[in-house]
Amino acid sequence: MTDHPGTMNCAEFQAQLPELIGSGANTSDHPHLRSCERCRAFLADLETIAEAARQLFPSVEPSEKLWARIESAIRDEAPEDTQDSLTQS
Amino acid sequence: MSNPPTQVCNPVPSSPDGARGNRPNSYTPAAPPDPGEVQILARAQAGDHHAFAQLYALHKRRIYSLCLRMVGNIAEAEDLTQEAFLQLHRKISTFRGDSAFSTWLHRLAINVVLMQLRKKGLSLISLDEAMEPAPEEGPGRSFGAPDLTLTGAIDRLALERAVADLPAGYRLIFILHDVEGFEHNEIAAMLDCSIGNSKSQLHKARLKLREALRAISQPEARP
Repeated sequence: MTDHPGTMNCAEFQAQLPELIGSGANTSDHPHLRSCERCRAFLADLETIAEAARQLFPSVEPSEKLWARIESAIRDEAPEDTQDSLTQS
Repeated sequence: MSNPPTQVCNPVPSSPDGARGNRPNSYTPAAPPDPGEVQILARAQAGDHHAFAQLYALHKRRIYSLCLRMVGNIAEAEDLTQEAFLQLHRKISTFRGDSAFSTWLHRLAINVVLMQLRKKGLSLISLDEAMEPAPEEGPGRSFGAPDLTLTGAIDRLALERAVADLPAGYRLIFILHDVEGFEHNEIAAMLDCSIGNSKSQLHKARLKLREALRAISQPEARP
């Protein structure tokens, strides 16, 4: 941790980060970052992780059979007098 | 019984899972409701099974992907998706439009996932606990320091493994925000927490990931 006269120290800056990042503000303009290489690197790490996450876990379709399973379960739950409408739909 | 329609009358531009900005895996949950979907929803609420099938076709990818990202197992994710849509079928008449339908459906699916995690005996007991992990789970050692800096590109597999190893509450927030692209106000609505809490938990999740990735990339630096 380092103190920088005239600005907040690293602990104070990092305590503010959740709100700062979450607000969508341009963090690179923050006064503390202009004088603190350590926190610049720290923030870069977090931004790298967030950016990498966007490439993670491609959105995928469930199997075609899943809808048939769901329909079957719905039919099992439905009162007998509504079974026909499910079958005909 | 019918096959679920693969398309609705007014699909969201690009695709139902279309990207927001440059996020290939996310969509625009905050977008105004599609008039076509509003009609479908109303019909489904009135008991129209074909309309319910259309809702399934619209939302299956998002819900299944969320389940899969949370449990990491295809069969289990399909079971959870099935249960989420069964719950939707049971409860759809109670949707009053206080929030976006997709937010409401995600909240329902999240509860199904969390119930499953509880059954499996994971540390996660409730959503409240998910949002307030035990202090020892917090990223206390993650205070920014030069020797923790990640260098270069992050290995995708390492990140996936690190995400999978996150406590469920952190994993959920991270997936909803950083992977799926939901905003904090939407996550707060889904998880019934404050926006500040959502921001705070996401930050802690990223810190834990940073710790984990650093441990993988610089194992000699660990005690």
